Amino acid sequence: MRKSTVFLLLTALQALALGAFLLHASLARRSLLPQLQRSRRLAAALELTDLALFNEARYTRHPTQADLHTAFQDHPLALEHFPTGSLVPPPVPTRRAP
Amino acid sequence: MSWWGRQRNILDFTLSSLLRRKGKNLGLLLVYTLVVAALASVMLFLSSLRREASAILADCPEVLVQKMVAGRHDLVPEAYAEKIRDIRGVSAVRSRLWGYWYDPVTRANYTLLVPAEGVPPAGMVRIGEGISRTRQLYPGDILSIKAYNGEPLILAIEAVLAPESELLSADLMLIGAEDFRSLFGIPPGLATDLTLRVPNQREINTIALKISRILPDSRVVLRSEILRTYDAVFDWRGGMIVVLLGGALLAFIIFSWDRASGLSAEERREIGILKAVGWETSDVLLLKFWEGIVVSLTSFLAGFLLAYVHVFFFQGALISSVIKGWSVLYPHFRLVPAIQPREVATLFFLTVVPYTAATVIPSWKAAIVDPDAVMRA
Repeated sequence: MRKSTVFLLLTALQALALGAFLLHASLARRSLLPQLQRSRRLAAALELTDLALFNEARYTRHPTQADLHTAFQDHPLALEHFPTGSLVPPPVPTRRAP
Repeated sequence: MSWWGRQRNILDFTLSSLLRRKGKNLGLLLVYTLVVAALASVMLFLSSLRREASAILADCPEVLVQKMVAGRHDLVPEAYAEKIRDIRGVSAVRSRLWGYWYDPVTRANYTLLVPAEGVPPAGMVRIGEGISRTRQLYPGDILSIKAYNGEPLILAIEAVLAPESELLSADLMLIGAEDFRSLFGIPPGLATDLTLRVPNQREINTIALKISRILPDSRVVLRSEILRTYDAVFDWRGGMIVVLLGGALLAFIIFSWDRASGLSAEERREIGILKAVGWETSDVLLLKFWEGIVVSLTSFLAGFLLAYVHVFFFQGALISSVIKGWSVLYPHFRLVPAIQPREVATLFFLTVVPYTAATVIPSWKAAIVDPDAVMRA
């Protein structure tokens, strides 16, 4: 078999797998739709505003309810979740104790 | 010879040429595939989460009102609800009671909430599947919580919330208003915040402005802002992973640029020989174009397929720990596959096109030089 035939067959196979995954995505979305709707109803009934993804701190558990623009929310040197929090060190005291 | 026949012949030659440097090219193919797979995994995972968040939270309250004191949230007097109720366009105002309780046993924060309807009877609590799994608590079991005054509050587990809603309720505890107030010492007449129902979407901004005017110490959160926050959160977390992957990506770019643009002496000689035996410059360019396509298209497709399997069949096992953060009670949930054509196209143009261009341009430079000079160089 010509090398180009093998390559074209392999590429066609990959494209076919991609098509199958697209179909899988659409079928999975359809089968999970009732579950999604139940979750949506629960969120509406309990008046939930956030996903229970990150429960380590107030502003990660309920990012929509937290004031994300107040740096160091918990106490003056608390690490916050801004990208700058991992880049900017706490301020150096300008006056040394005598 | 037909156009297609010519392309096939050149493709055959390209593949033979690539196979002559098998080790080098297979290594490139593997690294290329892994880079695409890593980027596509982040893209698919976050795209799926973003879509799920916007679908689930689509019916959350239109407007939320919080009271601010010294830049921080404070309990809101229920009298505020009366003032807001008078605003035209607001169909309902409800005061919400919710807060956090840190469980020293699991070292996790739980969210305690008093539901609007179906409130659990006094002394009873309904818990999320995440708490049940972590604390091994089931209906009928007893949970003792230390209240604000140090007194233990004994709560019986009434039910465990449906596992399918874990994305929303993994760390949730639904309790009655009396229990909530006695747990945190919140006197009657105060609530955590207020939720508003506004049937006419076009009135929301006007109502928010009126609330800010009537209650200057309040902060108004709109549903549109809630949904936007999730877009930003997932974009940022995705951004952090991309930063971490950045090092690997840069190394790959340097590697592939060097591989594709810096033609080796052997490759220059090959181009010289091809020109000497009668190949046109356009044929050489076509050869290099096919070389770029073979490597980049194969890697792109393989990488994307790998990413899909990783994210939707193995729940993104390799990247989920970064996206999860430090959560102790991370919910178990099945990601709903979401493939955005725009994102796939962006990934395609960021990976396939630059590599193909990087292959063709230096070859064009070599191909326009006299064959004799190329072979002698």
